[in-house]
Amino acid sequence: MFRLIFAAFIILNGGALSAAPLRIEITQGVIEPMPFAVPVFIAETPNAVEVARNLTNVVRNDLTGTGLFREIPTSAHVSKITSFSSPVQFSDWQVINADALITGSVSVNNGGKLTVMFRVYDVFSQQELGSGLKFSGNANSWRRIAHKVADEVYSRITGETGYFDSRIVFVSETGGKAQRRKRLALMDYDGANVKYLTDSNSIVMAPRFSPKGDKVLYTSYASGFPQVQILNVGNVRSRPLINQAGTMTFAPRFSPNGNSVLYSLENGGNVDIYRMQLSNGAVKRLTRSPAIETAPSFSPDGKQIVFESDRSGSQQLYIMSADGGEARRISFGSGRYGTPVWSPRGDMIAFTKQSKGRFHIGVMRLDGSEERLLTASFLDEGPTWSPNGRVIVFSRSTQGRNGTSSLYSVDISGRNLKPLITPEGASDPSWSPLAR
Amino acid sequence: MKKLKNAILFTALVMLTACSNSGNPFGGNSNDTFFGNDMGDISNPTSPAYFQQAIGDRVFFAIDQSNLSPEAMDLLSSQATWLMTNGDYEIIVEGHADEQGTRDYNVALGARRANSVKEYLNSLGIAASRIQTVSYGKERPIEICSNESCYSVNRRAVTVLNNLGS
Repeated sequence: MFRLIFAAFIILNGGALSAAPLRIEITQGVIEPMPFAVPVFIAETPNAVEVARNLTNVVRNDLTGTGLFREIPTSAHVSKITSFSSPVQFSDWQVINADALITGSVSVNNGGKLTVMFRVYDVFSQQELGSGLKFSGNANSWRRIAHKVADEVYSRITGETGYFDSRIVFVSETGGKAQRRKRLALMDYDGANVKYLTDSNSIVMAPRFSPKGDKVLYTSYASGFPQVQILNVGNVRSRPLINQAGTMTFAPRFSPNGNSVLYSLENGGNVDIYRMQLSNGAVKRLTRSPAIETAPSFSPDGKQIVFESDRSGSQQLYIMSADGGEARRISFGSGRYGTPVWSPRGDMIAFTKQSKGRFHIGVMRLDGSEERLLTASFLDEGPTWSPNGRVIVFSRSTQGRNGTSSLYSVDISGRNLKPLITPEGASDPSWSPLAR
Repeated sequence: MKKLKNAILFTALVMLTACSNSGNPFGGNSNDTFFGNDMGDISNPTSPAYFQQAIGDRVFFAIDQSNLSPEAMDLLSSQATWLMTNGDYEIIVEGHADEQGTRDYNVALGARRANSVKEYLNSLGIAASRIQTVSYGKERPIEICSNESCYSVNRRAVTVLNNLGS
């Protein structure tokens, strides 16, 4: 493992934070992206030329990928940054209409340690936004450092936490619909560094990250029956959550403190929701109805659970206490609602909606109000929230004999819908928390 | 058409038996519940081949339903009669859903379907201890087009024999 060192360094030209007008208010749904320039970070040592270029590109891609920013290409720049410490000629960046300018430097010492420094400028007020920052770490962690830089830039301009230094666990798929092979995979949020966590000898589905990102719950058919497994990401070892032959368990989810797990268990054709305390294996049954109760998800404070049930006659969303008991229905629109996931901010529920033969990913308030459908297709399902609650990733399957599944992301405003590139087909994404 | 389908399936199962050590033709999920038993000859009424093809190993369901149609009950009665006279077999009932639906819900729906079959067979005198159920949700369709002609075949519960003697 590597360690990232995070340090603020001395402000040379004074940052007047309060006066900065450079700001994107994400809540309003950004239509016109903010233009920015990121000249290639200066390589302070000869061996840093390539990593400086690569790292700069990751920062650019992170920012433009949000849909909130638009990069002004290097070919349009009228001047170069030749020294990280020299004062910036703001007029050179004003003429190309850059609202934000990000400059940086990269050095690699003889021990292979990578050091990156960067500054963010508000071009029109001619001020630095915040102060310069320095990250250092092992040279092979350059992607993570680039994501950290972009997270910091995002945070300074939007006032919100970023989400670039994060990962997605998902099901990687090959083969036709009737003989699809599935295995768990892990990647950076932007699709880099794909790593496979299981083989494809058995069907696997619906992995879910622990709140620290160190464990993954998923469902495997390795025993011949769907069975919830708990996987240690560090050593890539799995064990069954419940070792009881012939029972069916699925739809697992961690509690926000990581101490307990929700899951569905089948008994006599009926599926209910249970909660297990991981420390002692104690199990509590949370729902008791002859209907299907599944897809539970905790509120961020751990006090409530949103889940789906067909007790009304069709799949709908309900909220109950973390100890079970009475549940209140929150979905009342036309159609069916499933796979609810509580947002990290606690204020919204993302879900899959089926209506008139189409599938949608949507969000609603906790009382079911302000329902907003973000997507529509033959089959969209399984939303997962970005760590800052601003973006949703989900899986989309195409129809017909050659139908495949892939991952997409979309803003909670419904904008910036785009595919995530994966080496094979992909489904059932789960977004990690922001790494530390 | 149906006979042809059965014949193809039968061939596939024979292939499975033949190459049980080297993966299986359904996609290599060697741990999934496709048993590699000898199917025997369809002309022999005590053979699994007879059970599967002459009687029929599967029943179908309406959209989002798990109740048994009259046709399904007829077929399951024949399965029960066969199981009564062929006591060496335990069964696993595999419940399946079509692709219209979310993943978790379809696992639950397939479990309901498998359980409907289990309960009906049990009501006809087959001991519950001989019957296990498993749901594959929408993970293992038989037909892969995206319309009702395929969906109606995929919404199924399949009775899979497991010979205790073998």
